[in-house]
Amino acid sequence: MNGPLSVVIIVAALALGVWCLIRAALNRPPSRFDLLATAVLGLLVTVLVVVGVVILFGGERPSETTTFVGYLITAFVFAPAAVLLARLEPTRWGSVILGVACLTIPVLVLRLEQIAAVHGG
Amino acid sequence: MAERTPSSTRPRDAALRTGLGRVLLFVYGVFALSASARASVQIATKFSEAPLAYVLSAVAAVIYIAATVGLAVGGRRGRRIALASCSVEMIGVLVVGTLSIGDKAAFPDATVWSDYGSGYGYVPLVLPMIGLWWLWRHRPARA
Repeated sequence: MNGPLSVVIIVAALALGVWCLIRAALNRPPSRFDLLATAVLGLLVTVLVVVGVVILFGGERPSETTTFVGYLITAFVFAPAAVLLARLEPTRWGSVILGVACLTIPVLVLRLEQIAAVHGG
Repeated sequence: MAERTPSSTRPRDAALRTGLGRVLLFVYGVFALSASARASVQIATKFSEAPLAYVLSAVAAVIYIAATVGLAVGGRRGRRIALASCSVEMIGVLVVGTLSIGDKAAFPDATVWSDYGSGYGYVPLVLPMIGLWWLWRHRPARA
C-alpha cells in the first residue's frame, strides 16, 4: 500500500476527528468546513482504496484476499456515509457522527496496511 | 436538547431517529456492514474450523442489520424492532463473551462478541447499553 498517503490520512483523520468532537462538546452543528474536510478525507481514502484494488489485480495479492476486499469496501463507503448522515443531522450529534467516523478511519487504514503486508498463498 | 421539537403534532417517539439516534444509526450501520463481511468470509472460506463461532458471527450480523433498520425506520414499529435486536445483542455479547473466556475450545476463532467485543474496542458491549438507554428514553407515552 502507499505508505505516505496512509500516514497523511491517519494524521488528518485524527486531527479532524478530535476537532469535530470538540465542536460537538461545544454544542455546535457540523459547519461547511467540517463537512467539506470530511469529504476531502473521503477522497483521499478513495485514492488509497484504488491503490488497494490495483494491488489486488497486481502481482502481490494479499493472502487474506476476501478480508482485504471487505475492508476496502468498508473504507470506501465510510466517509461519504458519515457526511450524508451528518448533513441530515444539523445538531451537535451531526458533529459526533463526523468525529466518530474520522476516528475510525485510521483503524481501517491500519488494518488495510496490515493485511496488504502479508502476501503469498 | 437540540433535537426536541416543541411541535405537538409530532409523536414523542418520532425523535428516535434524530439526534443521538442518528449517531447510533451510523455506528450500527458500520457494525452491520463489518459483521456481515466478517461472517461471510468466515463461512465461505473456513466454515468447518469453528462452525459454532461462525454461525454466531452470522447471527450477530443479522441482529446488527435489524437494529440498523429499526433505528432508520423509527416510529413505533422501528422502535420495537430496535428494542428486540438491542436486547438480543446485549444478552448475546454477555453470554458469548463469558463463554469465549470460559470455554476456549468452543470458540477457536473470534466472533464480534468474543471476549466482550475486545477486538472492536469493547464497542459491541457498550453499544447495546447506549441503544437500550436511548430506546427507553424515547418510549412512547402511555395512551
